[in-house]
This record gives sequence, C-alpha cells and structure tokens, in this order.
Amino acid sequence: MDWRLPTPRFEALIVWRRNVLVWRKLMGASVLMHFGEPLLYLLGLGYGLGFFIGEMAGMPYIAFLASGIIASSAMNTASFEAMWSVYTRMVPQQTYEAILATPAEVDDIVLGELLWCASKSLISGTAILGIAALLGATKDWSALFALPVVFLTGYCFAAPALIMTAVAKGYEFFNFYLTLVMTPMFILCGVFYPTTTLPAPMQAAVQFLPLTHAVAVIRPIVVGQPVTDLGLHLGVLVLFALAATWIAVVLIRRRLII
Amino acid sequence: MTDTASGVHSPADPDAAATLIHCRALSKHFNGEPAVKDLDLDIPPRCCFGLLGPNGAGKTTTLRMLLGQSPRSSGTLQLFGRDVDISRREIRQRTGIVPQADNLDPDFTVAENLRIYGLYFRLPPATLEQRIPQLLKMVELGHRSGDRINTLSGGMKRRLTLARALINDPDLLVLDEPTTGLDPQARHMMWSLVHRMKRGGKTIVLTTHYMEEAERLCDELVIIDHGKLLAQGSPVQLIQEHCEKEVLEIRDEIPDDLAEQQPPGGCRVERADDTLYVYGNDTEQLLALAGDLPQSTCLHRRSGLEDVFLRLTGRALRS
Repeated sequence: MDWRLPTPRFEALIVWRRNVLVWRKLMGASVLMHFGEPLLYLLGLGYGLGFFIGEMAGMPYIAFLASGIIASSAMNTASFEAMWSVYTRMVPQQTYEAILATPAEVDDIVLGELLWCASKSLISGTAILGIAALLGATKDWSALFALPVVFLTGYCFAAPALIMTAVAKGYEFFNFYLTLVMTPMFILCGVFYPTTTLPAPMQAAVQFLPLTHAVAVIRPIVVGQPVTDLGLHLGVLVLFALAATWIAVVLIRRRLII
Repeated sequence: MTDTASGVHSPADPDAAATLIHCRALSKHFNGEPAVKDLDLDIPPRCCFGLLGPNGAGKTTTLRMLLGQSPRSSGTLQLFGRDVDISRREIRQRTGIVPQADNLDPDFTVAENLRIYGLYFRLPPATLEQRIPQLLKMVELGHRSGDRINTLSGGMKRRLTLARALINDPDLLVLDEPTTGLDPQARHMMWSLVHRMKRGGKTIVLTTHYMEEAERLCDELVIIDHGKLLAQGSPVQLIQEHCEKEVLEIRDEIPDDLAEQQPPGGCRVERADDTLYVYGNDTEQLLALAGDLPQSTCLHRRSGLEDVFLRLTGRALRS
C-alpha cells in the first residue's frame, strides 16, 4: 500500500469544478432538496414540538433545532455525496478511470471530491441558515460566521464517508454506515436536545463523535451566543478531517491503481 | 553504435533513445498470479504497433502499465525516453487513450466532455474552443455537439472517445480494442481515422481481437498469450514465418485418414470441431485434395494472420 501523504495539486480544483458544473445543470432539483427536507423538520418539529417545549437551553426551540439541523445537514449532505455519488463516478461511470488517463492523479480526485462534498454542505447549510433567519432563529448577520464551520464539518464527514466508498462493493454497503454511524450521531450529538441531558457515560461517549463538536460551535454562532472551547471543537474536527483524508487517499489509491 | 562523427548525443541506452516505448523484462502479477511475463518491446515513433492476444492474455494490463495506471512488478519501462514511475504525468500529457469500455461523462454534452477533459491537460480556453469544433468535425459529430452522451450510438461514443483522446494533440495514441462491438460502417470509419492519425505523425499502440484490423492498420505487431510474447513482426512476416502459404478448409464429410492427421506430403492438418484445416505451400496439391473429396464442402484460400494467431495461441476457447 502507498502510505505517502496526499499531495495537493491544481488538478484537484478541476475535479471540484467538474462537479460544480454538473451541479449547476441539476441545480433546480438539488436546491429543492436542500430547502425542502430541513424546512419540513423546522416547521414540523420546530413548531409542533416547540409548542410543548417552548425554550431549550435558553433559546426558543425552533432556534435550537435550526442551529442543530444546519450541522447535521452538513454531515448528511457530505456523507451522501461522498458515498453514493462518488461511488457512481468511480464504479458504474468509470469517470476516474478517464481522469487517470490525464496528468491528474488519485490524490487530485480524492481532494477534489472532498472539497466538492464540503462545498455541497456549504450550499445546503446556507439554504437552511436562510430559512432559520426567516423563521427568526438567528440573532443578526454574525450568524454567517457559522458558514466556514459548516464547510469544515462537511469536509470532516466527507472524508470518512469516502473511506467507506473506497472499500464498498456496492451501494448496499453504505446502509451499514448510515445506520450504525450517521443515524446515532444525528440522534445523540445534540441536534434535538443538549447532550448534557444524556446519562453521564453517554455524555462522555458522544465527545468522541465529531457531530457533537460541530453542533457545539455552529449553534452558539447561529443564535448569537458566546462559543466555549472553540479551539477544542475545531481541533477535533480538523483532526478527524486530516486523519480520514489520509486513510481515504491510501484506500482509493489501492482501489484504482491496480 | 556510438557515432561520434555525426555529433549525435549518445545516451546510456541507445535502444531507449531510438524508440518511443522501450521496455525490458516487463512483468506484472496480481496476488502472485502472473499477468505479464518478461515482456521486451521497442516501439519506434510514427509506428502503428499492435498487441494481439486472446482474452486475458495481458494486453490491457500492458497498456495500463505503459501509462503508469498500473504499477509494474518488475522490469524497466520508458516512454519518450523517460521512466514511467518518475515521469508519469509528463508522459500522460503527451498521450491520448481510448479505453476498452466507454467512460465518457454522462452528465455532460458531447462538446462539454471534450472541454472538461481538456482542463485536466491545462489547455488554455482559447485552444480548447478552437480545437473542439475541429475534432468534432473530424469524427463527424459536429452536429451533435450539444447532445447528451446517452443519446449517442455505440459507434458515435467510440468516435467521441477518440476525439477526447486527441484533445491534448498527443504524440502517442493508445487504443484498447477501438472497434469491438462496432458495425462494419463504424469500424471502417475508425480505421480511416487511425490511418489519418498515423499520417499526421502520431505513434499508435492498439490492441485488437480482429486480425483483419491488425493486418490493415499495424506496421508491426506482437502476439501475446498468458502474459508472454509469442511472436513479433509485420503482419506479412508473421504469416511467412509461422504459417504455410495456403489452406484448404474441409467441412461436412471428413475423410478418415485426414481426420487421423495423416496429411499428404508437406502439409499440416489442424482439426477444430467439424472443420479440418489443411495447410500447405503447393496450390496444385491442395486443389487436387479438394477434387478428391466430392462429398465435402471445401474452401481454398490464402493463409492470414488469423491462422497464425490460432496456431500460436491454440483453438481452445478462453473463459
């Protein structure tokens, strides 16, 4: 196995650009999806449950939920793109085989795809932030500072999802990751309620899950509260992102360069 | 070999300098299973070079190694005088590839496929906008430039893949079974395009299962099987070296003495299912033999590359 560190090159931006151009063609459907699903969550749960809950952790429930959904949708968007879409390009479409006949290398493909997954998270995060602002969940323009963190969160989840893609034999395999990794994070990492309400051992456990840290940074920025332990949270996200990128590059090299 | 009087720079390995592709003892194995064994090749510039072999002979593996898409297990390999391991990206910058399976980008139109591909070679937009209509016109797809890939026929996709391989105006063109699955019209069009590339000074390496294709296109070819080189030469040379001049094919009623492989003097007999092939150099002798067999269906013809291929690789089916 080729354990060399990933080499960033200009060609990664071309791989990224290819995906941007495809996205632009299918923008209508894509934007509808980005707005539609979170809007349902916010309206249904935010207003429905919010009616009974009122305030959570010192803010209206809709603001609590909206800020959590921004983080979880960054996870979902990036993970789905890095699994289903990347697998489609890698296996049935053989797009990477074609790219590897040019001066571009596997590292460029992996880094370009990761950047694209993060970009897609950014698009979806921006859409939800817009809705949250309309629903009065944000305090002021400073909520926009959440967007770079959304990008980092997207990257941080795209990389482990790409590891799954690198070893997947078919689309069914991704259901394991969806059920065993993503769904637990969605439920447990503070999207719907503060993690402090969990039993102590679970509170400790969720500290090892990146979504907990993404929520912990994004929520206060969106609702206009001070962020605590910013360095720690960002550090965890960056560490996850870097380690998973390395592993993903090594595994995709092994898969494509045979 | 060293000619100091001519003032030509003499490199360490004179073979490597004269050839565009140079490999020695090139080998590749997958999990211990050999796919290519000790292959030596010297392909000169402006040559159309064929790699022939049955399915699984190691043709595609060899092509992939040439471009650094697949790491070799051992041996030396140089393209354009550069080591593939070190200069993989520079080599690909000067190479165009038509892969065996179409991998055009279904998310883009015909013209967009070329444009996006050109970006990977860092071609300036002005060059691309000038080259794309020229290439599409050449492969007769000018009228389809705005269409999606899934609306194209198999032959059109092949031609577009060839146009894509030419987007960087490569010196070396690699074609992996360029006409497999095409109808005769599309195949002839592909052949004339390959001829045109050759006249334009490009070096061409192609694999094929079609002996007619190899005879028409290749200046030189190798026949490989089980990863090993069996024969090398021009199509004419190979036929002369490995096969008698003519063959009589006998079907329906096959006489016992011939079936037991007791051929008339100087002839050689091969049996495949219901057909007997009698190879010989004496036309009169073969025609006389046919005259003696009124009950059989006989076909007398000149030997071709296909006879050489089957003699060297055997008539048994490949999985």
